[in-house]
Amino acid sequence: MADASAEVAAVFRHESGKAVATLVRMLGDIDSAQEAVQDAFVRALEVWPRDGVPPSPAAWIVTTAKHRAIDVVRRERTREDRYRGRAVMEGEDGTQADPAQAIADALDEPVRDDQLRLMFTCCHPALGMEARVALTLRLIGGLETRDIARAFLVPESTMAQRITRAKRKIAAARIPYRVPSREELPERMGAVLAVLYLVFNEGYSGTTDATRPDLAREAIRLTREVRALLPDHPETTGLLALMLLTESRRPARFNASGDVVLLADQNRSLWDRALIEQGQRLVLDCIEAGQPGPYQVQAAIAAVHGDARRFEDTDWPQILALYDQLFAFTPTAVVELNRAVALAEVRGPAAALALVDGLPLERYHLWHATRATFLERLGRLEEARAAFATAAELTENPAERTFLRGKAGA
Amino acid sequence: MTEYLFSVHHDYSKPLFDDDADVEAMFRDTAAFNDEAQAAGIYVFAGGLEAPDTATTVHVREGETLTTDGPFAEARERIGGFWVLELPDLDTALTWAAKASAACQSPVEVRPFQGE
Repeated sequence: MADASAEVAAVFRHESGKAVATLVRMLGDIDSAQEAVQDAFVRALEVWPRDGVPPSPAAWIVTTAKHRAIDVVRRERTREDRYRGRAVMEGEDGTQADPAQAIADALDEPVRDDQLRLMFTCCHPALGMEARVALTLRLIGGLETRDIARAFLVPESTMAQRITRAKRKIAAARIPYRVPSREELPERMGAVLAVLYLVFNEGYSGTTDATRPDLAREAIRLTREVRALLPDHPETTGLLALMLLTESRRPARFNASGDVVLLADQNRSLWDRALIEQGQRLVLDCIEAGQPGPYQVQAAIAAVHGDARRFEDTDWPQILALYDQLFAFTPTAVVELNRAVALAEVRGPAAALALVDGLPLERYHLWHATRATFLERLGRLEEARAAFATAAELTENPAERTFLRGKAGA
Repeated sequence: MTEYLFSVHHDYSKPLFDDDADVEAMFRDTAAFNDEAQAAGIYVFAGGLEAPDTATTVHVREGETLTTDGPFAEARERIGGFWVLELPDLDTALTWAAKASAACQSPVEVRPFQGE
């Protein structure tokens, strides 16, 4: 029976975000929604292994949680808990609604809008980035607090506090539960994509520790959902393509002893061709849409790398041109640093080193590592070793540190 | 509807304005903001405060009244003025806060009042 429970847990987790989204609107309160969905989960553990997973798990969860929610609303009413009761029953226009009718109406509204509401609430700009990430994984991703804590290497109590504080702010400051207007959408969408990309990078660049939940895959799953909800937003497609193309290289990214392998040295036969093809198709969709943005350009760069069966086959002039385009969107020193890598391949390491030396990135480990690579190619080996050593000191990633220390000692 | 406190933060360690033109613009724009808030029916209360060195702090502990000259704690940033506005949600509040900040040429902190 253990297998059946695990399957129920997995399906439930993937569907619970939709149920929480609908229930937040019905109940007007995130905690009550989570409680109701949690109760539905207990019920699912009894029923699903016996009768099988229902055809529409999300609808089952919402219906089951709804019954529980109606009980809660009735209890709130009789308890004369005025403050909470009003928050529960007040509609978007501030009018009092009949709770039973409100819940019946709520069920008729499309789940899609609820998911969007929840997403924009979790990623509201009035919340700090850490709070947005935690809420998104907890409420939309359905991850347990202890798993999110483990993923970000913080104590469970710290993560629990972060989530509680964010939920309290949403309620007290009245962060609205709504889909932004058309004018606000680009900015608010940017906040959502930034959260998803941060989750992805945390998973991708984090260690290969098998006990940590796979944040990279979770980010891909959530980005797919966002794209399904708002298909006419090319930057979402760009971000998804970027994630898939980056993820495709994961099998080649570490060697058998868990050390980092650089792009130039990766065994490209290990790259996941299916992911590369999916990513490249999405990049073509973006080009067709004709509204380029930073994620799309980064995806295009990753797609060019994906085309090269050997490092020597890489179309560097094309990559350099794409970095020029990226720099036009986001003129930052970090983009310049990446552009320098392409420049080194097109015009040689001396030109690239001159560009990098002018960048104010002394606290960034990759600035030192990139300089070191150019110095090495110019035969300035002592300086290269020193730069690798500084990079090793500055990185927070253990696998990277081992790699950089190796280069410094070589 | 929720009442929000919009507090205007000034850095009192340096002159508030570079020249007289800024001061004039601030008074004019802030008055215009007040008119707009009143016309929108969201205005509850507002006021500007004298400098922090005019403050007196009173603290009663164990029946003893301790009176000190000056603000409660040392800080460079102090509240210079505030609004209390009644608004439906935080998004609306942040839109008004952006207008307020532009008018008074200072950062504006938005904080909800507790419900009754």
